[in-house]
Amino acid sequence: MTPPRTSALLLKFMGSMNLAITLLVALSIAAIIGTVLQQNQPYTDYIIKFGPFWFEVFQQMALYDVYSSGWFLFILFFLVLSTSTCIYRNAPNMVREMHEYRQNIQLKTLENYSNSCHWSLTQPQEDVQYAAQQIFSHNGYSARLKQGEGYTLISGMKGGASRLGYILTHLAIVLICIGGLIDGNAILKMRQILGQIVPETRNIAASDVPEMSRLGINNPSFRGSVSIPEGRKTDVLFLNYRDGYLVQELPFSVEVKDFRIEHYDSGQPKSFESDLVIHDERLEQPLEQTISVNHPLIYDGYSIYQASFSDGGSALEMIAWPLMGGDIKNKKINTKVGDELSMSLFADPWILEPSNFRLFNINPSDEPGRKFKNSGPSVQFKMRNKTGEAKEFLNYMVPVEKEGLYYYLSGVRSSPAEDFRYLYIPVDDKGGIDRFMNYLNALGDEALLKRIVTELNFPGSALPSNSAAQLNDALIKLVGLFVEKGMEGVTEQIEKNVPSDKREEVSALYIKVLQQMLGAVYVDVLRKEGVDVSLGVDENKAQFFDDASVAIGALNRYGSPVYFQLSSFVHHQASGLQIAKAPGKYVVYPGCAMLILGVFLMFYAPQQRLWARLEPSDEGLSFVLAGHAIRNKLDFSKQYQQIRAQFNRVLTG
Amino acid sequence: MNSIQAALKQELDQQSFWKGLSLFDWVWGLIVLIGTGYAHSRYAELMDGYEKVILLSTGVSLVALGWYWKEIRWLSLAVFLLSLFGVSRYVNGLEDAGVDFFLRFLLSSQSAIMWMSALYVLATITYFLALFTRSEFTGKVAGAMTWSATTMGLVGLMVRWRESYLIGLDVGYIPVSNLYEVFILFSIITALLYLFYERRYQTRMLGGFVLLVISAAVAFLLWYAFDRNAAEIQPLVPALQSYWMKIHVPANFVGYGAFALAAMVATAYLIRVRAEGRNPHSLALALPTLDILDDLMYKSIALGFAFFTLATILGALWAAEAWGGYWSWDPKETWALIVWLNYAAWLHMRLTKGWRGKPMAVWAIVGLFVTLFAFLGVNMFLSGLHSYGEL
Ligand code: HEM
Repeated sequence: MTPPRTSALLLKFMGSMNLAITLLVALSIAAIIGTVLQQNQPYTDYIIKFGPFWFEVFQQMALYDVYSSGWFLFILFFLVLSTSTCIYRNAPNMVREMHEYRQNIQLKTLENYSNSCHWSLTQPQEDVQYAAQQIFSHNGYSARLKQGEGYTLISGMKGGASRLGYILTHLAIVLICIGGLIDGNAILKMRQILGQIVPETRNIAASDVPEMSRLGINNPSFRGSVSIPEGRKTDVLFLNYRDGYLVQELPFSVEVKDFRIEHYDSGQPKSFESDLVIHDERLEQPLEQTISVNHPLIYDGYSIYQASFSDGGSALEMIAWPLMGGDIKNKKINTKVGDELSMSLFADPWILEPSNFRLFNINPSDEPGRKFKNSGPSVQFKMRNKTGEAKEFLNYMVPVEKEGLYYYLSGVRSSPAEDFRYLYIPVDDKGGIDRFMNYLNALGDEALLKRIVTELNFPGSALPSNSAAQLNDALIKLVGLFVEKGMEGVTEQIEKNVPSDKREEVSALYIKVLQQMLGAVYVDVLRKEGVDVSLGVDENKAQFFDDASVAIGALNRYGSPVYFQLSSFVHHQASGLQIAKAPGKYVVYPGCAMLILGVFLMFYAPQQRLWARLEPSDEGLSFVLAGHAIRNKLDFSKQYQQIRAQFNRVLTG
Repeated sequence: MNSIQAALKQELDQQSFWKGLSLFDWVWGLIVLIGTGYAHSRYAELMDGYEKVILLSTGVSLVALGWYWKEIRWLSLAVFLLSLFGVSRYVNGLEDAGVDFFLRFLLSSQSAIMWMSALYVLATITYFLALFTRSEFTGKVAGAMTWSATTMGLVGLMVRWRESYLIGLDVGYIPVSNLYEVFILFSIITALLYLFYERRYQTRMLGGFVLLVISAAVAFLLWYAFDRNAAEIQPLVPALQSYWMKIHVPANFVGYGAFALAAMVATAYLIRVRAEGRNPHSLALALPTLDILDDLMYKSIALGFAFFTLATILGALWAAEAWGGYWSWDPKETWALIVWLNYAAWLHMRLTKGWRGKPMAVWAIVGLFVTLFAFLGVNMFLSGLHSYGEL
């Protein structure tokens, strides 16, 4: 008969230690892959990282979501199967062993054990027998007595629980894996393979997501997240799935009444809390509860966690300051975080996309004694031009201090991977931005520049030129060039027009002249402000001039034709909740308890056996004490020596 | 009553566990009881139910540990008195650390930890000296140094605990919450595990090897403190404010400490194996015999495995509360699993296949590197999903 033999072979294979170890190692390696390659990132990131070919290969191998890939689940499945087989094969034996006292052991075997000792005694047998039983139980051995033919055998055993430990440990592994499988997204995967669900990849409103990408309230287990602005409620969640998401419906709705961040004195965040209201038809009245990190709300088998926070559409009022020079007025605009605002700037269409508002900016401080400082509110937004390219900006509302001076800070970057580079706009004496803007505008005022060149009278100097008029024109152009393209523009111009042997000399001259022109324009701005400049300018104003000129020189790299000054806001936050349902935990948690208990039993209640054999002989009584342990032999030998010494004292002392 | 019965009665009386306890043992139990009661009466209203359970279990375990391993009583009392004295020197606030003589040179957490570091390094050298000179006495001195270092380390942590509350009542936290603090914990636990086995097996000659790994930890600690300013007390991010921390982290570090101990014993094992084959007069023969080393290696890995199992499960329960799921395949979690699977495989090889000796020793050393990666490498090289990083 072949079938039983194949099944026996299969059983042997499934329960073999080699398979078990192979599976443990394979699981480790798979787990390593999953940590080295960041999981569940947007697919575009992987394409950038690996190129289209390897992206495809890795995707086929399911490396972007190793832990729910088919092959990973396959290994796990085999581990469960192998462990189960192992239990199936060993458990009956072990249960038997737990209760078996090995009362049929031969004298030879006892004498052959390394822990064995023999006494010839003259005392009465019942006394010795009594003493042996007492000493056995005193040392924690439970004992059984057997009257053999011409001898008496006391068999003692300790640590039967270690066998129970084995069963508990291995059963626990099976339970934990099964529970984990229930809570993992294996079920979703099955449904996706069967074509029942299709992840949504478009960025659309939850209510527009088609039925194919929605999961009903009967979905047994999931873990999703949702961001709820203060004062709003939701009855759906989003589950990230492959390169898209799924919408999970809830049988109740969650409202966020208020979201709060508390801070330590040092400014670091201390707690994140949301006041939630659960609206459920089954409730007589809505359930109100505050949750925070580490203190979730458990409702109806759903766990609701404080996971993150974001802006919930803060209302922003900003002043758009033109940065192109010339006499153009600023303009107030109103928008909201998350909105898009189309506008026309200098005849070009632009889209303003505010993406985040922050009430506090706690940044490392370089002041001694203070680790952090609060730089106040900031707004983050993108400016998208007509080609669709966008630069991202981060503007602070209030001036930020740097080395004792204050600036309006505006960070800019071309991609989220970069750090922000900052534009430092100095503040004027009143703490405002007006002087800077006036100065910038004045630099675009041709009439003013003309007047200034004439007044400065450069033709009298050593500049190479044909005629005074031409020179003046060139100088005005120089200022325009500086505003438009910065110092790089000026240098470029020189390189184009001046032979290399004269370049150094000419540049020095140009820069000096430019400085003079800028200075004169600045003085004019001050004068118009009503500042008395007859005795020159003070140190503060000189510093302002330097900083402002540096900032203007950098405008060409700024990337936006306007500077948005945040003038007022109404803060709305959104609380990021994670909501999970994990029925598998009712299997996993008991499994964990069994695992801990089992492991400790296995290690710290090792099975040990003792035998005392009494046999009447010609001289009196022959007494053999033997012990055996399959584990921790060194320890057991020591213990045996002690017990032997006890017997020695009692029997011969 | 005949002679056997009399002898038996005497024997059983003498050997009884409760009768074996000395007066000091009872005093010890009483002190811990009073201390626990006092802590409870004073701080009960600030603690939640879990924390009360933790307090009670700490008291009970401390009594039991002291009865089982007598030196712990002295260690605890020394730590208790020194910490109390240290804490009492803070009168005006944290600035006392720079003014008060005792704080400045001995007991402020920074100074105590410097003492710990210095003593561990000295003990390492002394242990090796003992090995080279085969001097029992030098070995004893090294042992005393290790005990002192451990005392100072524990005092440092205790005083630091108080210091965190001096910064602000809402800042205070148990000092097992960042990499700097757990490195101290790691050194202390590894040293204690070793000291336990030293007494059990009389294996002084092994000390240098074990202390080597502690010295390495100390070197990292000092670099981290001086170069990265890590010793400064920072308030906890919200995700770490949990009673789970109080049990999860210490359990984890019993695991890490035991694995480190096993790897160093394995190193000694390999050295002795080499020496036995070649040179019958080699110094390495002063090391404990291969049987003892092998046994010790198994024991530490078993202990480490048991506690690591416990710690990982506690971590999963904590994750269920803080992150919304007991398992997220976060790199730290995943590497804990890898470490665990690795040692599970090791134990199976030894138990069911009967592997012994060299391959197991090599594997135990490899295991330390895997552990090290889980403990340090993950923080350094892999970016986690740890949601507290974002909050
Ligand atoms: C993740 C999976 C597993 C874990 C964590 C695990 C854990 C353990 C532990 C901790 C021990 C005790 C070692 C000791 O006493 O020092 C053990 C023993 C044992 N395991 Fe596993 N085990 C796993 C899977 C398996 C599988 C699949 C098999 C079957 C091939 C197996 C068979 C055994 C056997 C036969 C013993 C020895 C029991 C004894 O004689 O006391 N284990 N296991």
